[in-house]
Amino acid sequence: MTREIYQAIVDGILVGGVYALMAVGLTLIFGVLDIINIAQGAMVILGAYLSYELAARLHLDLFLGLLVTVPAMFVIGVVIQWAFIRPLRGRERTSMTLLVSYAVALIIEGILYEIFGANPRQLSASYVTSSVHVFGFYLSYIYLYGFALALALVAGLYLLLYRTTFGRSVRATMQDETAARLIGINISRVAAITYGIGVAVTAAGGMVFGATNAFNPNSGYDLISRLLAIIILGGLGSIGGALVAAVFMITLESVVDIWQPTWAIVVFYAALVLVLLIRPTGFFGRKAVRAQ
Amino acid sequence: MSEDHIEGRNGLTRLRGLSGLQLAFVVALLAVAVAFPVLFPNPVATNYGVYALIFVAVASAWNIFSGLSGYISLGHAVFFGSGAYTLGIAARDWHVTGTGVFALLPLAAVAGALIAVPFGLVALRVRRHTFIVITIAVFFIFQLMAYNLSFTGGTTGLDAPFLPWGAQTYNNPFYYIALACAVGTIALAWLIRRSRFGLQLRAIRDDEDRARGLGVHAMRVKLTAFVLSGAITGLVGAVWFFYLTQVQPPSGFDPLFDLSVVLMAFLGGLGTVSGPVLGALIIEPGQLYLTANTNGYISEILLGSLFLVAVLLVPRGIIPTGGEYLRRLTSRGRTAIPAAAPSVPQAPDTAPVREAQR
Repeated sequence: MTREIYQAIVDGILVGGVYALMAVGLTLIFGVLDIINIAQGAMVILGAYLSYELAARLHLDLFLGLLVTVPAMFVIGVVIQWAFIRPLRGRERTSMTLLVSYAVALIIEGILYEIFGANPRQLSASYVTSSVHVFGFYLSYIYLYGFALALALVAGLYLLLYRTTFGRSVRATMQDETAARLIGINISRVAAITYGIGVAVTAAGGMVFGATNAFNPNSGYDLISRLLAIIILGGLGSIGGALVAAVFMITLESVVDIWQPTWAIVVFYAALVLVLLIRPTGFFGRKAVRAQ
Repeated sequence: MSEDHIEGRNGLTRLRGLSGLQLAFVVALLAVAVAFPVLFPNPVATNYGVYALIFVAVASAWNIFSGLSGYISLGHAVFFGSGAYTLGIAARDWHVTGTGVFALLPLAAVAGALIAVPFGLVALRVRRHTFIVITIAVFFIFQLMAYNLSFTGGTTGLDAPFLPWGAQTYNNPFYYIALACAVGTIALAWLIRRSRFGLQLRAIRDDEDRARGLGVHAMRVKLTAFVLSGAITGLVGAVWFFYLTQVQPPSGFDPLFDLSVVLMAFLGGLGTVSGPVLGALIIEPGQLYLTANTNGYISEILLGSLFLVAVLLVPRGIIPTGGEYLRRLTSRGRTAIPAAAPSVPQAPDTAPVREAQR
């Protein structure tokens, strides 16, 4: 029993790393653009299908394929932001952007259904099915590689945000958009690129997700509800919070899964509701200045 | 805060009652609605009518809470599905058969209200962004429960009792029940919008902190509206369940339902009484037609695209934008000197300027 729990914790941390990557994209978009990107789940699935196509048609290695899919998703993100989110203004902007991203998710889902049908697929590679025995744990290579990839990308994002001029303008925008605009930051450029980055990480997340789970166009819903729970638990707009919450929640789910496989996901949401009852802003959320 | 305050101020006199023209329009519309199954007795047509009215009721109920308070709920399917499931379980366990099931309908409203209380107490504590997300989370919890609890019938769902009605006229009783739900909800929405309670809700939408400072019990007001909205949605969900004769977890708790309802209200005009009605009458028949004549995925793509177009072209909804357009037309006539009134449309240069200065 104890062995199983340890194994579940290790698995949870590894999978949590991948969720952390996807959640960081989501929380980054929220922080800068004040948008909850409901389409993130559908985009992860789109990323998974892109990887699937590259692997099936060009026999490209999954990780090499990311060199194509990540820029592709970045471009898709910038285009969506430019076409549908940038024009929205006014008092109802927050709810409108949310609905717009929901509509984008629907369109992506419909198109994927149209092309690929409803049959579940899974990405395959030699390292997807094999595992390694370390310290008494069986660790699948794809989990290890995926975790390493997520770690590398999160570190990259960290460097981008905290060590570059662009990152400084992103953080300035997150803190106070008006002030950032006043000191000459090009807000619309920052917004477009941030949205692009937030979407681009879904390509990597989608690849690992697609290799570790069977997916069909419908899988985006389950994914987005988990990701939303994670970023709210971590505190909207807090990158560190998203990392901690992702690992915490996925590990919790993984441990509960030993006893109650069907209810593990409910524990996940129950934990969210419970935490919000005590701390309405999540673990690391800034206190809302005005309850808007 | 701009538009609504202006609307509220010069609307105060107007809101006391409908003008004669509006009243005549409402009565005419109601007459058409009542006569519809007689004019088009074809079950295909009445089927469209039943679904359209069900969604008119749900969109109006959604609007009573979300449209007026500004807290967008993406979890109203929770009430819709729970209403359906409550009656499915009650009819099965109490062995209610035939038309007796309609006596159970109030139970669905009670179920909706009972779920809305704890749901609202948790969800309404947080900021608007987070509220939306919590409604989504609660929605998924309910869908999972429908799949996994022992008394919900799992994946196969539940069947409604058989109703001994002929196929030709089967839809008609449902049509009138749905019409009653729709008219009742619209009337309630109208009453609430012009009441003190409705004003408090709109004050919360404009600036919750300031409303609270002015003595609005924000939590109590929001929760009341949420419970009311949930109760109606539950009731309508039960009607839908009897009509469809079955409910499964993905159909009772359908994410597309949530989005459709929001889309209806947005397309027509958030927070207005007639907006959600118009939106539902446009979208639901359109969606039914598309689902019947294409594969389901195309209708999904089109629904999404329609929404994007609506948001970009009429971001405030058809009713407010159209109303503004009409008002501009009529105010042009009024501000011009009476003798020149007929020629005013030929002087478009001056009128918009005057409009802008007001």
